[in-house]
Amino acid sequence: MLGLKITKRQEPLVWSSCLILMGAVVLSLALSALMLALQDKPPLTAIALLFNGAFGSWWAVESCLIKAVPIFLCSLGVAVAFRLQIWNIGAEGQYAMGAIGATWVALTFPDLPGYIMLPGMLLAAFITGGLWGLIPAVLKLRMRANEIIVTLMFNYLAILFLDYLVYGPWKDPVSFGFPMTPEFSPSAVVGKIGNTELNWGLALCLFAGLAIWIFFRFTRYGYELKASGENIRAARYAGLPYDRLVMVVMILSGALAGWAGFIEASATINRLQPSIMIGYGYTAIVVAWLARLNPVNIAVASILLAGLRVGLENLQLDLQVPAAFGGIMEGLILLTVLAGSFFIDYTIRTRKKT
Amino acid sequence: MRKFFLFSVLVSLVICGFAFAGDKPVKVGFVYVSPIGDAGYSYAHEQGRLAVDGMDGVTSSFVESVPEGPDSERVMLNMARKGYDIIFATSFGYMDPMLKVAKKFPDVVFMHCSGFKSAKNMGNYFGRMYQARYLSGMVAGAMTKTKTLGYVAAFPIPEVIRGINAFTLGAQVVNPDVEVRVVWTKTWYDPATEKEAAKSLLDVGADVIAQHQDSPGPQEAAEEKGVYSVGYNSDMSAFAPKAHLCAPIWKWGGFYKEIVDNVRRGTWESKAYWYGLEHGIIDLSPMSDSVPQDIQKQVLAMKKDIAAGKVTVFTGTVKDQEGKIRIADGVVASDKELLGMTWFVQGVIGTTQ
Repeated sequence: MLGLKITKRQEPLVWSSCLILMGAVVLSLALSALMLALQDKPPLTAIALLFNGAFGSWWAVESCLIKAVPIFLCSLGVAVAFRLQIWNIGAEGQYAMGAIGATWVALTFPDLPGYIMLPGMLLAAFITGGLWGLIPAVLKLRMRANEIIVTLMFNYLAILFLDYLVYGPWKDPVSFGFPMTPEFSPSAVVGKIGNTELNWGLALCLFAGLAIWIFFRFTRYGYELKASGENIRAARYAGLPYDRLVMVVMILSGALAGWAGFIEASATINRLQPSIMIGYGYTAIVVAWLARLNPVNIAVASILLAGLRVGLENLQLDLQVPAAFGGIMEGLILLTVLAGSFFIDYTIRTRKKT
Repeated sequence: MRKFFLFSVLVSLVICGFAFAGDKPVKVGFVYVSPIGDAGYSYAHEQGRLAVDGMDGVTSSFVESVPEGPDSERVMLNMARKGYDIIFATSFGYMDPMLKVAKKFPDVVFMHCSGFKSAKNMGNYFGRMYQARYLSGMVAGAMTKTKTLGYVAAFPIPEVIRGINAFTLGAQVVNPDVEVRVVWTKTWYDPATEKEAAKSLLDVGADVIAQHQDSPGPQEAAEEKGVYSVGYNSDMSAFAPKAHLCAPIWKWGGFYKEIVDNVRRGTWESKAYWYGLEHGIIDLSPMSDSVPQDIQKQVLAMKKDIAAGKVTVFTGTVKDQEGKIRIADGVVASDKELLGMTWFVQGVIGTTQ
């Protein structure tokens, strides 16, 4: 109608995609700066403060990396499921269940030495998180239940279960009735790396990221996953074990989110508390999509998102920008990057008049 | 002659040095758990901060909507690194993170609101809000016709339970058969959820809605139904002009200024600050015109008695929901018992789970 024709590219852009995505981020930053200027806040100082707060000093970088750990693990889990076109919205609940599993180990066996305790907590988080992913998968396969709704509902179940535990059987007797478990014994705390604030959760991220990447690139299951994700019917016709893949994928997905919960409970607050639930599971969905389900991109996106949030706190403190502005910025970036992604897959040409 | 000249230059430099040393402004930082626009808890703290900001030689800033947990630790670390001299953290969940940060920055003064842990450079503080709740309970008890009061509460922690108990005891002074129904929202600030919870209480016949929440959601529900309401944190009559009877409110300004002064003079000590009506840290907002004059006089007289120490809220005999005597006749509950209160008084319908 406008003389424009939209065609899908034969091969999505690779190198120019970087430029397009960067352009999108720059555009969103410019829009945010404009909004700040309308509020009488100095826009350039604000953007400088944002970067300074996120990456401007060693401890800022540390904070970003620490905050990126749970985002990365949850996003990786979500990406694994999304590759098979299983829409796992339940990362938040799986994160909670992982934290609960790890806490159970820490509270039931407080005297175990570190080298048994931590792997035990890791295993428990894997099992409880994985289970929380498996149940919706089984429901999907046996009863054709829509996994979007089931996983979403399971989030509420998990969060309420966590509340029940910290208000009831696991409540710390010395905490004056406040909802929190007793503090974990030192052997149950994931330690810090050397003298820095970083914790060994980073190593777990590296391990998980590498493992998933190798899984997708070099194993048969990984190949089957990619094929089934592209076209379910063709895969079934080719004899690929779709049902088994669904279950494996959901267990992995839940387990990774569960590990994120374990790290947050153990490394950062050393106990289980309702306040670890700040929406990482939902953020993970956004990050996984933006990063196009690729583990390396997910790592970059997690660090950048963590950086944005850390930098925003700086903005709040020095310029008294309201906290809600952070949500606006994140939304803007998401929209512009999505719009940019459109141009990676499609091209617009003017219709030639003949 | 030259020696005298040099000497006087030296002396004037030293004097200037002292003057400059005194000129370094005190930086005060505040950490809030909800936005300052909540017209409630954080808003009240922000009013206190503005009072501090107005002091000579003091600058202040704040970070709002900081989730309790690891994020708060980072925010406080950031403030300490940026050279803030005093940091106030205004929510219970900031307690452990603040303790960790306090260990790393022994020269910064940390003050934690509504908690119970402390360190050499960290004290905790709160207000005896239950006194103002007692007064508001008296007003509610006098105004109810159905003898059912509704209470929208956040989390079943001692601070909230204490407030509900004080409210009930106050209502029972003017109306011994009144009952208080409690609904838990499990959130400090969520206007939609709070309004729904208030509506559920209205459905069971409550005609005065009180709240321990940070938004005016319940007030709006009461206004819409045409019944009465009791606010919290700040005077919420703007949101419910006909319904709002009164509100237990915070007045942090005076306390915050006192702490800043103490730190500047070097007389600050780490302890548990728990002031009440006598210090003016809490108050009852002006009662609306719908409250009859004789009730208003009774409440104001009680306020004076509590402030003077003649009356204490939690004095025996006080029974719990099962009828067991928790505070014996004539005994005044200790601060420790108040801080760990996990039971409801008789007349409250609800569980502490």
